[in-house]
Amino acid sequence: MSISSSLSTDGQELQINIEGRFDFNVHSSFRRAYEEPGNEVGSYIVDMTAASYLDSSALGMLLLLRDYAGGDSASITIVHCNDDIKKIFAISNFEQLFDIK
Amino acid sequence: MKNPFVVDELRVADCPSVPITKILIADDNNTDRLLLKAILCQQGHEVFVAKDGHEAIEVFREMQPDLVLLDVLMPNVDGFEAAEKIRQLAGEAFIPIIFLTSLQSTDALVRCLDAGGDDFLPKPYNSVVLKAKLDAFIRMGEMHRTMQRQRDLIAIHNERLLREQEIAKRVFDKVAHSGCLNADNIRYLLSPIAIFNGDVALAGVSPAGNLMVLLGDFTGHGLDAAIGAMPLAQTFYSMLEKGFSLQDILREINEKLYDVLPVDVFCCAIVADIDFSNGVMQIWNGGLPDGVLYRSFDGKSIPLTSQHIPFGIRNTAHFDDSVATFEVQPDDRLFLWSDGIQEATNNQSEMFGEERLLKIFEKNTDPEQLFDEVNEAVAEFISDEAVSDDVSIVEVKIVAPIDFHADRPDFIGSNPAGPRDWSLKYELRPQTLSNFDPLPMLLYVLRQVPYLRNFGGQIFTVLTELYTNALEHGVLQLNSSLKNSTAGFDHYYQLREQRLLHLQDGTIGIQLDYKGTGNGGRLKVTIEDSGEGFDYKNLENGLSGDVPYAGRGINLMRSICHSIEYLGSGNVVCASFVWGDS
Repeated sequence: MSISSSLSTDGQELQINIEGRFDFNVHSSFRRAYEEPGNEVGSYIVDMTAASYLDSSALGMLLLLRDYAGGDSASITIVHCNDDIKKIFAISNFEQLFDIK
Repeated sequence: MKNPFVVDELRVADCPSVPITKILIADDNNTDRLLLKAILCQQGHEVFVAKDGHEAIEVFREMQPDLVLLDVLMPNVDGFEAAEKIRQLAGEAFIPIIFLTSLQSTDALVRCLDAGGDDFLPKPYNSVVLKAKLDAFIRMGEMHRTMQRQRDLIAIHNERLLREQEIAKRVFDKVAHSGCLNADNIRYLLSPIAIFNGDVALAGVSPAGNLMVLLGDFTGHGLDAAIGAMPLAQTFYSMLEKGFSLQDILREINEKLYDVLPVDVFCCAIVADIDFSNGVMQIWNGGLPDGVLYRSFDGKSIPLTSQHIPFGIRNTAHFDDSVATFEVQPDDRLFLWSDGIQEATNNQSEMFGEERLLKIFEKNTDPEQLFDEVNEAVAEFISDEAVSDDVSIVEVKIVAPIDFHADRPDFIGSNPAGPRDWSLKYELRPQTLSNFDPLPMLLYVLRQVPYLRNFGGQIFTVLTELYTNALEHGVLQLNSSLKNSTAGFDHYYQLREQRLLHLQDGTIGIQLDYKGTGNGGRLKVTIEDSGEGFDYKNLENGLSGDVPYAGRGINLMRSICHSIEYLGSGNVVCASFVWGDS
């Protein structure tokens, strides 16, 4: 499991890549990934291509990111979820809080 | 509170870091012994000497040295034997034993280590090598002592933590698992992976006799997950007891949890409100896996799918309290579970999953066994592996109202004498009707009458029934014959929601009239709606005729009321209750 991130050249968009299990063990590295670039970032992309699993504490971490990025006005897109992860988002109705693609 | 796992550095540092090392030398050769003693004393150590193995053991016992140097070949007791005895005496303490030997063969040196030695020093002594070796062992000894102190400290802290958790759990269990979970028609299983689990099961009876069940799963495990259960349980029980509707309770729980929980902690939950007398069940599911309504007449399993964001994530303005409504009959069964069942993992890292769960329902032949079959299947699947989440399951069997035995909440009042002779008239206009439930307020008024504190439940059932009729059939003009088919049943509740939302006209008047006597009382409830009424002559003649609502309701009310009569065009109903010597 690991978290990596990259900032777009204009500094407006931060992409966070999740690899392996997205659970409590990556709590601090996920947090670092969005706190380090500061709040100049306009929008966030969470890429789940390499994520295998996601638990409820990961949902909590996404809520923290949402809160950090401005709550209701946050622009967060979650992309490339596998079927299991999509299902978890569907059950918790997180598509009402995040743009899930 | 201080984190119990942070080892108190001050206390570790308090212990002296052994400034002078006490060393025991045992050697039968006087010259060698004196030479070694001179070297060690010069290096600043405190040195004790022994002339053979036997004496070495005695000196060890008395002086408790930190390090032992033993000659291999000694009279009486040799070095190997002495080493064994010294190890026993040292117990848990780390006492390095170093053999002194002039032997050169590999076999002899290996034997030194096999006999429990930590190292060997070849004779003749090289004082530089000697110092380096001793310093290394002294450092190891210090490290070992530090580790032991820390280990003991952690053990003490851990014990205290467990004791605290046990006390907290007793309080928690009182709050979270009170209510009527032990009713005959409810079965449940909550298996904790720690002392606390993140799962909460609550069940209680409303003053009108509805059963409300909640299964919740907080993010995380242990204390952090259990902490939110307290406000959840308290809100649930206190609002239920006061007669608030499911929607009011849902909104209040969400608001409370939104206020108190940190951003990343929330509560997935499924809540069921079951009205046994009208055969109606309402479900709100926010974030838990599909529950199942098992229908007895055709053996079908209806999924109860999550349609909402869990509790505690969004504020009141964004909270969606809409519910799904289902028709239920006696012997139907409601199953609620947290994700622990689907996520139960076996030793091949496979999850139990929804498919296996639904298979159990398909294969079942005796519904009475479903609860056990699910639990057995999960237990068999995970075999002896630790369950990876909290496995929680609740089953509620739908029964006829007379078969539902559960303690209703006690009616707690403050004035034993209470109001004796009063009446109250309350008219609700469209804007109020569309989004306000007057029943909790009326219940509060009725509860001021001492008798009604304990026996008001049935009266409240009737009041609820009459108000619902006035609203649904009178004001909203819904026809209860719609409810005869499953599709119609859904349509009925959709229409109800739509019409309430766009309500422009209509009123409901409620009048309560109470007169108490020495040892009894009489309560008259009159409800008048602005609707067209109905032909109640048939009803009074015992015919079902043009009755605008299901017959079950009226029979139940007749069994509770002293009298019940319709007036006007059928838009006015008057129920009276008499008790004691009135």
